[in-house]
Amino acid sequence: MAIPKDKALFDYAVRLADDQLVLGHRLSEWCGRAPTLEEELALANMGLDLIGQARSLYAHAGEVEGEGRDEDALAYLRSEREFTNMLLVEQPNDDFAHTMVRQLFHAAFMAPYWEAMTGSADATLSGIAGKAVKEARYHLRHSAEWIVRLGDGTQESHARTRAALDHLWVFTGELFEMDETALSLLGRGVAVDARALKPAWDSAVDETLARAGLDRPAEIAMLSGGRTGRHSEHLGHLLAEMQYMQRAYPGMTW
Amino acid sequence: MTTKTTPLWEVFIRSRNGLAHKHAGSLHAADAEQALQAARDVYTRRGEGQSIWVVRSADIVASDPKDKDEMFEPTASKIYRHPTFYRIPDEVGNM
Repeated sequence: MAIPKDKALFDYAVRLADDQLVLGHRLSEWCGRAPTLEEELALANMGLDLIGQARSLYAHAGEVEGEGRDEDALAYLRSEREFTNMLLVEQPNDDFAHTMVRQLFHAAFMAPYWEAMTGSADATLSGIAGKAVKEARYHLRHSAEWIVRLGDGTQESHARTRAALDHLWVFTGELFEMDETALSLLGRGVAVDARALKPAWDSAVDETLARAGLDRPAEIAMLSGGRTGRHSEHLGHLLAEMQYMQRAYPGMTW
Repeated sequence: MTTKTTPLWEVFIRSRNGLAHKHAGSLHAADAEQALQAARDVYTRRGEGQSIWVVRSADIVASDPKDKDEMFEPTASKIYRHPTFYRIPDEVGNM
């Protein structure tokens, strides 16, 4: 039986995959540059978890679309405007504090997100979620413990973490946005209601910041646009590096 | 980071239920929780682990190699401690 075309489900799986792929790629940029050998492996482990999640989601999206596109086609052969990841995940690594704050914001959202997704009416999404929730919980634990030590560490580490919080805060509103695609799938029991995850995210972030001796940033007007392909200037550069090989040598395998 | 702020830890991993924790290696970490996480990330990447212990290397009390003779030589002459002086009935099979 041919899988019916389902644009909403395709878009939803792709945006979720884009989030994990872009953040996974960002973490991979630390390879060879991490502050310690131990953290080098920790960052790569998290990056590989995310890229693994993205692969499963792209493969599912490709099947839903039914046009013969596989995970590689979706990852390597779409342009910047076709990527629908949230703005948070494309922000540059900057320093270690920025990387860990970005991870905390993302993982504190994804842990309850995947947990809710295990109840999805889409069996493939619920299966992916069952594996991913364990990974996200570890990412949350790892990043939260680092934030505590950076915030409660030296003057320098505190100041850098403070700066990272203030810089990345503006991208956290987008986590909880629900557009038409998400709402229609929520109605079918497939999607997760991101709005409902705000209290869990708030409490995970607040608890971490309290332990770290860091104040929660003041509420400001949030930035968004990633879900409609309107990105910050950083995504294009990331894709240029990530997609270079397939663009230069189409169909290349190794 | 310096070794003063990130001391050395020894990592012990139990690979399966019923087995003992075995020394896997060492790493640098600022405190116990970070040592545990680093042990997970460095030493259990291929499904090796069910349980991890980390111990500050400085907290391990070790015998002095210089004392080897007085520590270990005296047992060499006590061959009767090895279980080789009685017959196992065939019915027992492999022990």
